[in-house]
Amino acid sequence: MGYRDTIFALSSGRLPAAIAVVRLSGPHARIALKLLINKEIPDRSPRLVAIKGGDGALLDRALAIRFDGPGTATGEDIVELHLHGGRAVVDAVLATLGAIAGLRPAEAGEFTRRAFDHGRLDLIEAEGLGDLLAAETEAQRRQAIGQAGGGVSHQVATWQDAALNIAARIEAAIDFSDEDDVGDADVAAIHAACAALGGEIGLWLARPPAERLRDGIAVAIAGPPNAGKSTLLNAIVQREAAITSPIAGTTRDVVDVAVAIAGVPYRFLDTAGLRGDTDDAVEAIGIARARAAAAAADLVIWLGDDDAPEHAAVIRVAAQSDRRDGPDWDARVAHADIALSAVTGENMQRLLDLIGERARALLPRDGEVALNRRQRDALAAVADSLDEAVRTRDLLIVAEHLRAALGAFDRLTGRARTEDMLDALFGRFCIGK
Amino acid sequence: MYRAGEMRNYDVIVVGGGHAGCEAAAVAARMGARVALVSFSRETIGAMSCNPAIGGLGKGHLVREVDAFDGLIARAADAAAIHYRMLNMSKGAAVRGPRVQADRRLFARAIQAALAAQPGLDIVVGDADAIVTDPAGTVAGLKLADGSLLSAPALVLAAGTFLGGRLYRGEWSAQGGRTGERAATALGRQLRDLALPVARLKTGTPPRLDGRTIDWARLERQESDRDPWTMAPDTPRRTNPQLFCAITRTNATTHDIVRGGLDQSPLFSGAIGATGPRYCPSIEDKIHRFADRDGHQIFLEPEGLGDALVYPNGISTSLPDDIQLAMVRSIAGLEAVDIAVPGYAVEYDHVDPRCLDRRLGVRDVPGLFCAGQIVGTTGYEEAAALGLAAGANAAASALDRAPVLFDRATSYLGVMIDDLVLQGVSEPYRMLTARAEYRLRLRADNAWTRLGATAAAAGCLGEARRRALDSHRADCARANAVLDGDIGYDATRGRPRDGQRRSLGDRLALADTPFRDAAGDIPALAALAPEAIDEVESDRRYAPYLARQDAELRALAANERIAIPADFDFAAIPGLSNEMIERLTAARPETLGMTARIAGITPAALSAVLVRLKRIAA
Ligand SMILES: Cc1cc2nc3c(=O)[nH]c(=O)nc-3n(C[C@H](O)[C@H](O)[C@H](O)COP(=O)(O)OP(=O)(O)OC[C@H]3O[C@@H](n4cnc5c(N)ncnc54)[C@H](O)[C@@H]3O)c2cc1C
Ligand SMILES: Nc1nc2c(ncn2[C@@H]2O[C@H](COP(=O)(O)OP(=O)(O)OP(=O)(O)O)[C@@H](O)[C@H]2O)c(=O)[nH]1
Ligand SMILES: [Mg+2]
Repeated sequence: MGYRDTIFALSSGRLPAAIAVVRLSGPHARIALKLLINKEIPDRSPRLVAIKGGDGALLDRALAIRFDGPGTATGEDIVELHLHGGRAVVDAVLATLGAIAGLRPAEAGEFTRRAFDHGRLDLIEAEGLGDLLAAETEAQRRQAIGQAGGGVSHQVATWQDAALNIAARIEAAIDFSDEDDVGDADVAAIHAACAALGGEIGLWLARPPAERLRDGIAVAIAGPPNAGKSTLLNAIVQREAAITSPIAGTTRDVVDVAVAIAGVPYRFLDTAGLRGDTDDAVEAIGIARARAAAAAADLVIWLGDDDAPEHAAVIRVAAQSDRRDGPDWDARVAHADIALSAVTGENMQRLLDLIGERARALLPRDGEVALNRRQRDALAAVADSLDEAVRTRDLLIVAEHLRAALGAFDRLTGRARTEDMLDALFGRFCIGK
Repeated sequence: MYRAGEMRNYDVIVVGGGHAGCEAAAVAARMGARVALVSFSRETIGAMSCNPAIGGLGKGHLVREVDAFDGLIARAADAAAIHYRMLNMSKGAAVRGPRVQADRRLFARAIQAALAAQPGLDIVVGDADAIVTDPAGTVAGLKLADGSLLSAPALVLAAGTFLGGRLYRGEWSAQGGRTGERAATALGRQLRDLALPVARLKTGTPPRLDGRTIDWARLERQESDRDPWTMAPDTPRRTNPQLFCAITRTNATTHDIVRGGLDQSPLFSGAIGATGPRYCPSIEDKIHRFADRDGHQIFLEPEGLGDALVYPNGISTSLPDDIQLAMVRSIAGLEAVDIAVPGYAVEYDHVDPRCLDRRLGVRDVPGLFCAGQIVGTTGYEEAAALGLAAGANAAASALDRAPVLFDRATSYLGVMIDDLVLQGVSEPYRMLTARAEYRLRLRADNAWTRLGATAAAAGCLGEARRRALDSHRADCARANAVLDGDIGYDATRGRPRDGQRRSLGDRLALADTPFRDAAGDIPALAALAPEAIDEVESDRRYAPYLARQDAELRALAANERIAIPADFDFAAIPGLSNEMIERLTAARPETLGMTARIAGITPAALSAVLVRLKRIAA
């Protein structure tokens, strides 16, 4: 059985501890390691390495071991990072891993499951599982008493009850249609209830995700070569993070810098200048990365002409205002949101204000509860199912979509659905002969 | 006939001539086992303790599944049916539930005739006193109250509500399994001695009315369905005259009378502590829990053709006689009614079904199987279905054949057994379509197709049914071949054709009318068996939704293949909470899939089980 995604998790005991072991398993484990330490290490020989975050900042000096599959505990490529077990270090490393495409945090028991499916279970240290179970119970306990993510769990529980109630109405109409307390199903009313619930969940899904607070708002600086992108980055983050030069095509890889401005966390991404006609293979790769970074960013600062990339949030900048270079300067200013100079500092504060304004819309508001990725995925599945439920009048198919919706809730809350639904059903209708 | 003190040898002994016991004995005999069916009396074999109706939602599905194993209940229901009704006719085919009103005497007679005609099956009239086990604790036979012994390596216990049964009505209470019948007290005691987990449940029944004293003219009538379907698909036609049911309601006066008597109801005075079914509440419960309702519907159902007794469906009660009478006389149409037999409640022992494996075998007593109300269910259909499963497995065990297992994805029987043996019961368990997560596949109309192969492989089918099944399969194959073909028929009638080539089946599916309605236009369809057209039509209409469930089913099957040994020690797994250990130990899941379905078992707990399994194997 081949899994496509790579999972990672803290696989040693509770923190803080002397050493914390973070384990990755899956097809991207090796690439992820290379991204973290910027070099290759050989199979099965521990190396002391410098682990760097996306912004190049040193996160920890740690021991890294690469185990190439299939002769590993899970049967897949595995990477182990033995970190210094402080919470901050571990959090930073996990956050960095989470930002890598193809990687996601492991669900409880997932390593074991993969090991089992690849016939490798004997190699897993079973003792670690006790801790895992304890941690799970602890998380549930905290959830139950509303300490961790209390706002979200409460909201999710309310929605789940609403979905259970809709399901109970449908199931009553199916299983007890001959009861006078139940009567015929009012399909229009059931549709309306599904639509209302789906709409409410949709509103929450449209809100900024929780991760932006933790990881920062991604702002890509993009435009043609020599536009002054790297110079602008350095001016914003107030250090020489990127090399600048009059040579077109200086920046090749994406330079990723985390900073906080006015209390808002950002990741600024300086990118290679975009041009269509390069014969340089390395530059071509850089350009592809630049386009990808801009597409994935929350906000794009565009330093070019009127050919800004398609993106929901773009700030158009006419850069190098001290030079007013070229015959088309006036035209550029005309379709820019702002003209500025990173060298003289003209309008730099206005740019920061503009970014701040856009950023506020992208972050959860104070006191507003945000959903994390796992919650968003599950709730998106709920919303999709509710949406499909509205599109058929066949009660049985509506019920089928509700079943899918309740299944998604179950994955989120771990509750059992049939019994809960029956409780809702018998509480609501007087049924029985 | 036998003489007291004589010892006779069988392959399978069945205790109980109710719906569970009769199906168990019959299927075991069909499989070639020599069977003894032990019951208190010959006359009560096949008796219906309560509502004289068979089928309904979820229940009708079970009846058709038992029928797919050539069981008795569907044909007996047809032989006794005096009123047919297809429930949910306006909804999707998967949740249509066939239900009949049965003449009590005709039903019992049909069951008794079927048992008499079954070779290899002896009916033994007697009082089962004790299960006999050998020194190793394996079933060896049965001792009757008169001292005689029956020997067999497998025994199905299907004693219904008779174990430790106690009847209640008002302040009166007495031992008994059913009104006018004794309880099986010694046997009930023995189960506790065998260290089986035993608990109490309760149920109740309404008073029976004298139909000659009902003012029928005042009441709304419900006629039998005209569409000529039958409970068993191969019953040639309906035989009995069809009667109507009538509908009336309770009213504010009725509710006042009931409320005034609550302190004399054993349900409220505290005399009965056990839990009853939520879907079968007494009228006391209904009025107490739903105080805002101004009336509750009552169906007046005739109990038989030559029988004046009427069953008032909806007013189960254990109030004292005088209050029962006042209550029914406050209801429209019943102002002058006489009660022939008063209603009552019964509290009885049942075995916690979590001590059973998927064969319905008691894990700790090899050779002992349990079925019917005794494992915590309610209803004739549930009992019959469990009886079939237990009987087939008892025979398989005695004859050294492979067990007959049922799957949630292919039968309601699978859903019910899985629910029972994994979750246990907190109230009498009744089948509901809502319990079946794959119900789009589990239709009453495709039971033969779903289960026919399993039934044939297990040797449960008689010769006639084997032929009928083969011809039904051929009919379906023919229907599919016609529908897969490209026959010019414009299903959209009038709307422009999009020029695409579509099979006839796809075209018909585009139109919202039943496929068989097109038979007039298409000779190839008209030549097919109508039931086969209906069945493959539903297959096709649901196909897109079934395809979506396939991934889920594959994952399920993967977990189902991972077996857990019988002596697996859940308590030895580090990190499992006490509650989880308790649930796992009570249910003793046989596969990882079953483990995953036990309420409260988390993914991490599941991996812990996996690890432990591997350790043991190493
Ligand atoms: C009062 C009452 C009300 C009910 N109400 C409803 C209802 O509203 N709806 C519903 O769906 N279901 C109802 N039921 C349930 C339904 O009747 C049962 O679920 C079903 O009949 C169970 O079938 P069974 O085969 O398990 O047991 P039963 O039909 O009870 O058969 C048990 C058999 O075992 C025999 N037996 C028992 N002990 C011994 C022994 N020691 N020796 C020899 N023979 C023995 C008895 O003679 C009997 O033949 C009710 C049952 C009762 C008693
Ligand atoms: N006078 C003036 N010079 C600038 C300004 N911004 C950039 N420059 C100069 O323009 C040249 C190119 O600047 P970079 O920041 O390297 O340009 P870039 O867009 O990053 O270019 P690539 O990485 O090659 O795509 C450098 O020599 C900078 O010093 C500015 O605002 N004013
Ligand atoms: Mg640059």
